[in-house]
Amino acid sequence: MSDLTLWMSALLAAAMLVSAVLSIVTARLPLAILSAGAVSLFASILFMLLGAPDVAMTEAAIGSGLTTFLFFFVLGRVGGNRHG
Amino acid sequence: MVKRATALLLMVALGLLFATIAFDHRPDTELNRTALYYAENTAKDIGAQNIVTAIVVTYRGLDTLGEVTVLFLTAAIVGLILAAGRPGERGSFPPSGELLHTGSRLLAPLILLAGVYVFVNGHLTPGGGFQGGAILASAALLLLLTDPLHRFGNRLIRLVESLSGVAYVVAGLFGLVLAGGFLDNRFLPLGEFGALFSAGGIPVIYTLIGLKVGAEFASMLSSLSRTEKH
Repeated sequence: MSDLTLWMSALLAAAMLVSAVLSIVTARLPLAILSAGAVSLFASILFMLLGAPDVAMTEAAIGSGLTTFLFFFVLGRVGGNRHG
Repeated sequence: MVKRATALLLMVALGLLFATIAFDHRPDTELNRTALYYAENTAKDIGAQNIVTAIVVTYRGLDTLGEVTVLFLTAAIVGLILAAGRPGERGSFPPSGELLHTGSRLLAPLILLAGVYVFVNGHLTPGGGFQGGAILASAALLLLLTDPLHRFGNRLIRLVESLSGVAYVVAGLFGLVLAGGFLDNRFLPLGEFGALFSAGGIPVIYTLIGLKVGAEFASMLSSLSRTEKH
């Protein structure tokens, strides 16, 4: 693994950690959903970097696309931002 | 307090576990025997340029059939639970806005095209039936965002879904009769390595999987949006 790949992987991993923690600690539900989607997005870039484009596509389409939509949809159904 | 401490303790333990794995990890310098077999024989036996696709569709084809079945069950259960007791109520929504409306009319055909490209080229480039199907479904999602009450041919979706599921199994049976075994891709000629029409039955099977997955996700999203409050 070259130095550049290593540093970019470390950066992406740090970004994933930050988004994951943000999605847990924030009180605003839309922000939490978006940062949970960002975890998947960073993970898919990381997969791409590590040479697994097939997994990266699945992660981007399902993890950060459809799942984020599903969470927003349910959020709209259960009554929006009352707890935020 | 105890709950928090337990959660923290569990997370630290998990972190330690992963840390030991990460620090002990030494990258392999050569492929193991299974991987070596796939790397050496895929081009000769299966004729697919993308080894991942060869493994997913042919070497481990039965697992893929199982995955498609699981997805079908999920879609059926979601449809059953969400559609029950809501006989076609129609309300009205505020208009979605010019930007979303025009944008989705422009983008939806392009997204559909990208999805079809991904699963038709599954044996050549990264991606395949599942990824392509999910991209197809995201086009359906865009249309649903524009007009939550839009019905893009529920009967058509159901027809596409069931026909492609049956055709997938029939393609597998063709492999059983004409080639080496169930879901063997060599019931069609392997063709020229790297061409669009190559790798035997893989493009056919992946197209069917793509259509099936796309139809399942689209029907799930559509039955979800039908439960929207009016």
